[in-house]
Amino acid sequence: MLWLSLVGNPLALGGLIVVAVLVVISALAPLLSTHDPIAQDLAFALKPPSLANWFGTDEFGRDVYSRLVYGARTTLYISILVTVIVAPIGFVIGATAGYLGGWVDTILMRITDIFLSFPSLVLALAFSAALGPGIENAVIAIALTVWPPIARLARAETLTFRHADFVVAAELQGAGMGRVLLHHIVPLCAPSIIIRLTLNMSSIILTAAGLGFLGLGAQPPMPEWGAMAASGRQYLLDAWWLTTVPGVAILVVSLAFNLLGDGLRDIMDPRNA
Amino acid sequence: MTMIKVENLAVSYGHGHNALKVLRDVSFEVAKGETFGLVGESGCGKSTVLGALAGRIKNWSGSIVIDGEGADPKRTKSQLAKQQMVFQDPFGSIHPRHTIGRTLLEPLEIQGMDRRHERIEEVLRDVGLSHNFRYRFPHQLSGGQRQRVAIARALILKPRILLLDEPTSALDVSIQAEILNLLKDLRERENLTYVLVSHDMAVIAHLCDRIAVMHDGIFVEVTTRSSLFRGDVAHPYTRNLLDGSRGYVATKPPREVAVG
Repeated sequence: MLWLSLVGNPLALGGLIVVAVLVVISALAPLLSTHDPIAQDLAFALKPPSLANWFGTDEFGRDVYSRLVYGARTTLYISILVTVIVAPIGFVIGATAGYLGGWVDTILMRITDIFLSFPSLVLALAFSAALGPGIENAVIAIALTVWPPIARLARAETLTFRHADFVVAAELQGAGMGRVLLHHIVPLCAPSIIIRLTLNMSSIILTAAGLGFLGLGAQPPMPEWGAMAASGRQYLLDAWWLTTVPGVAILVVSLAFNLLGDGLRDIMDPRNA
Repeated sequence: MTMIKVENLAVSYGHGHNALKVLRDVSFEVAKGETFGLVGESGCGKSTVLGALAGRIKNWSGSIVIDGEGADPKRTKSQLAKQQMVFQDPFGSIHPRHTIGRTLLEPLEIQGMDRRHERIEEVLRDVGLSHNFRYRFPHQLSGGQRQRVAIARALILKPRILLLDEPTSALDVSIQAEILNLLKDLRERENLTYVLVSHDMAVIAHLCDRIAVMHDGIFVEVTTRSSLFRGDVAHPYTRNLLDGSRGYVATKPPREVAVG
């Protein structure tokens, strides 16, 4: 049923296809790449796109196409890891605040407000600078900026069902908070949280690329789209492909996640059904 | 034997000068197997009495004794299982994403009861639903069927008391009779005690042995079904309520109009 309504929504289907292609590329990176992504050959530095190097070579003579293919892994790794970390944390904080109310709600939501009041890129920058550069730290830094909107959403959804008769019925049968949240609230919140997470994917990718661009994300020689765009910046006038190719990749993948998220919202949100 | 004994029950919301006294001072007893009705206009505190009995409202004062055991505002699991509630709106009282089987399994899991499969089949049969309803979702059921599921969910814990909060007012007139008859049968078969809240005099008359008339947080009168029928009531508010329930009665026969 979900699949059929997805097929009926061409933009969302396009998004899904791009995301699927991204997953396939990451999985099959060793097979799809034509060169070693970190092998340097200074004699072949800054070559324009050709049959041997489809997207040209960078300042160290590395094949841009192969680096792009391996970079998909980094991008997917960061966005999936951030999502997996953020979804339960955001849900537990938001749902607890919404369920218990009172001072617990006040404290948790003010903490959320503090995180929300920073621009997310600046916050991620500060955290990854404090934790030290590297991809794991970038994941933690991005996760810290992404959970507050999820918590807000989970709280709002919990509040709408908090006093529903079926929740009261479960409480009158002796259900504790954990059971109510897990068995009764989660199935109702899940669609909107999944939608929100999918829409968030693009901003995670952009933040990761931004951190990479500033040298705080993936470290050389690891291929990462943001870092690739950054290093190509110096040669922008002579070697346009260095910045353009990873830039277009970031654009396409972010757009795909946004389209997929929008499509999922149309399909899964009961209010639109 | 008394099943429920309530003394000086009072509930108020808020503090100090703004405190809103919903229940002022309510005392009553309900015998085992009896159906005790609560009538009154909206906001008179009927549902608050049920809430306090069920354990939903915790900030009450006074004393509640259920089945010979004093109940604190905070109940234990086994105390909660002694009385179960059936809600007014069958569309809001069942989890929309759980199958009926799951809805009925939930209380068994919470209370750690055994023979789950058999109990679910038993209770579905008791409320007159076939066992393949287990696999359906609430949106595939009619209002009357949902209310049967809600009753099944309340009964599956083998409670001694059912608290009925306007159990038929959201249903069609033809379905109302079915549900009322089901409740009547169940009461006899399982030897249950009912506390029924309603503002429908016909429902009250069908089920209740004794009726408390509530107004502004107190019982103005506790009467029996037969004296309510005879119109043999003491308090003017009760009379007012009775007159209101009869609806419009023409005082004069309509004048005939000569045709032609």
